[in-house]
Amino acid sequence: MAKLKIQDLKRIRDESRRTVLLREGTAKAKVTVHMGTCGIAAGAREIMDQILRLVEKHNLQDVMVTSSGCAGMCSHEPMMTVEYRYTAPVKYIDLNEEKVAKIFEKHILNGEPVPEYALGVGSESMY
Amino acid sequence: MKPKRTHILVCTGTGCVSAGAFDIMEALKTEIKKHELQDEIAVVPTGCNGFCENGPLVLFEPEGIFYRRLKVQDIPFLVEEHCLKGRPVPSLMYTPPKEKSPIPAMKDIEFFKHQKLVVLRNRGRIDPERIEDYIAFDGYMGLAKALEMSPEEIIEEVKVSGLRGRGGAGFPTGTKWQVCRDQPSTPKYLVCNADEGDPGAFMDRSVLEADPHAIIEGMIIGARAIGAEQGFIYVRTEYPLAVQRIKKAIQQAEENGLLGEGILGSDLKFTLSVVQGAGAFVCGEESALMQSIMGKVGRPKQRPPFPAQKGLWGKPTNINNVETWANIPQIILNGGEWLAGLGTENSKGTKIFSLVGKVNNTGLVEVPMGIKIREIVYGIGGGILGGRKFKAVQTGGPSGGCLPESMLDMPIDYESLKSVGSMMGSGGLIVMDDKTCMVDVARYFTDFLAHESCGKCFTCRKGLERMLEILTNICDGKGKEGDVELLEELAIMVKEASMCALGQTAGNPVLSTIRYFRDEYDAHIRERRCPAGFCKALITYSILEDKCVGCGACARACPVDAISGEKKQVHKIDADKCIKCGACAEVCKFDAIDKS
Repeated sequence: MAKLKIQDLKRIRDESRRTVLLREGTAKAKVTVHMGTCGIAAGAREIMDQILRLVEKHNLQDVMVTSSGCAGMCSHEPMMTVEYRYTAPVKYIDLNEEKVAKIFEKHILNGEPVPEYALGVGSESMY
Repeated sequence: MKPKRTHILVCTGTGCVSAGAFDIMEALKTEIKKHELQDEIAVVPTGCNGFCENGPLVLFEPEGIFYRRLKVQDIPFLVEEHCLKGRPVPSLMYTPPKEKSPIPAMKDIEFFKHQKLVVLRNRGRIDPERIEDYIAFDGYMGLAKALEMSPEEIIEEVKVSGLRGRGGAGFPTGTKWQVCRDQPSTPKYLVCNADEGDPGAFMDRSVLEADPHAIIEGMIIGARAIGAEQGFIYVRTEYPLAVQRIKKAIQQAEENGLLGEGILGSDLKFTLSVVQGAGAFVCGEESALMQSIMGKVGRPKQRPPFPAQKGLWGKPTNINNVETWANIPQIILNGGEWLAGLGTENSKGTKIFSLVGKVNNTGLVEVPMGIKIREIVYGIGGGILGGRKFKAVQTGGPSGGCLPESMLDMPIDYESLKSVGSMMGSGGLIVMDDKTCMVDVARYFTDFLAHESCGKCFTCRKGLERMLEILTNICDGKGKEGDVELLEELAIMVKEASMCALGQTAGNPVLSTIRYFRDEYDAHIRERRCPAGFCKALITYSILEDKCVGCGACARACPVDAISGEKKQVHKIDADKCIKCGACAEVCKFDAIDKS
């Protein structure tokens, strides 16, 4: 391995930060994909995969992606909740690839909610 | 690289490893693969979380949900519920004693809530075997900053921080460095003392296992400040995982140009090697430790000359403890003032304690200096095991002292502990309840010290032997009037006339127990009675006639058939046959066994 210089050290730190960011619990945006049995049946796995791919594509270091259980509105799955820094969480319903792409672009990247896909503001408790 | 959505942090400190952490980790990986989640979820081994009582421990991030006492058979359910369906599993979470509902998030648990992590900041957060993880949390940034400072500025920063030796003596670290730097003789050496020999202490092991790079970084900064080119980490062979991790970390540092020549592109040169000790307690004493590094018998030497003047191979040597070295990168990175803002007037920063004994949450805790013993025992420790009564806390390892209940509100710092006849030591805290006999405690520690005495000083060699003899007699019910006074005289003699710290503190267990628990000694000697009901020679078991229902449980439990009686009739214990094992008292549901 190459001998490091101070600037290399800083580069490694910034690169590695992305992988360990999850362990800090702080991020610009937190995306929760609802992955109950109903969600998975309705395609939540694909949604999760799409989000992770988008995060990778945009090389984002400060977006946290996580999962939660059934929110009790199984007929509206797949669903996800987006929490942008210091703003209330927004729950999106009846998702598909196209909607997720738009929500990603507007809400996750720029902090502007997409009201036409949203169920409302708020989130159920995690536990 | 595709980002992960969940990191499962598995504690792989020695405590959790012995409880099966590696099996849990494998099971997690297998289950995750089974559900094809391996691209979304990472399983990361980390250092000791400190909550060893509840191991194996696992933390799910980013939710911060904490699972404990996991078994391999729990894993399929856990992975399916939590990882696949996003439903945390309450039955595997921690529920405090006396409470009904579990606490899901680690940060809300009392044990973790009151801690202040400086040295242990990376515990349970990074994979100790990956240098990238360490760097991600500003690792080696303290070194980068130190390379832009002059050696004098580094030493000044350490002085400002008020950091004192965490090995127990509490000598100001900055001053120690200054003395070594000012020596004209070269080469100079650095030593990290990781020979942690106290029974029940595992602070240093935990730092070595959880964050080995912090020690290496601290030592490289020390090398620049002091002008040393070679360093040694002296660690006991009984810590195999710690040895393995620190060796791996050294190798990674070498490969990345952080050790060797031209560190980080500067002109700094420093090499580091691990020396394994054979586990002699006295080798934790610095002069004996240096003898051992040089391949000689580990026996202390007269000081002065101090190691800073004439240490390894007669050259100036700076010795610091693991915890002291691990503080250094943070001090340089955040400034000395930052550390000086924590703790008390004379004792700055934090201290790691290993909390063991009769307390609910045993484990490893890092707290600001000046915290009250009560806050540690009852707050973080969750009170006494089984709701029993607190009797004493032993601080400072085998040569520390036992402090009674009246000292619970005393702030913990170097001076206050010393003033009440104990010491900070390396930071062991052994909690004792009302079933602990204080004479036996003094006997136990004196026995340990008598064994570990190197024998060079007559007072320590023979004095401890005589003290042990007297204490054993008292415990056996053969104590005589005047024994306590003789013990005191001997203990003071050993303290005053021995050369090294082992002998100079060896009288503490006896002196402090006499000082605070004299009545227990008197009960043993004058009344032939052990108030805690512990010393076997001084107790007899009998069956209370009014309570015995004749169920026969005790007779079945007795290993020597000393209990007889007809069914539904009062049973009897044959005192000649009884070996006083206490098995009968444990099985009796009617409290019919009397111990007096």
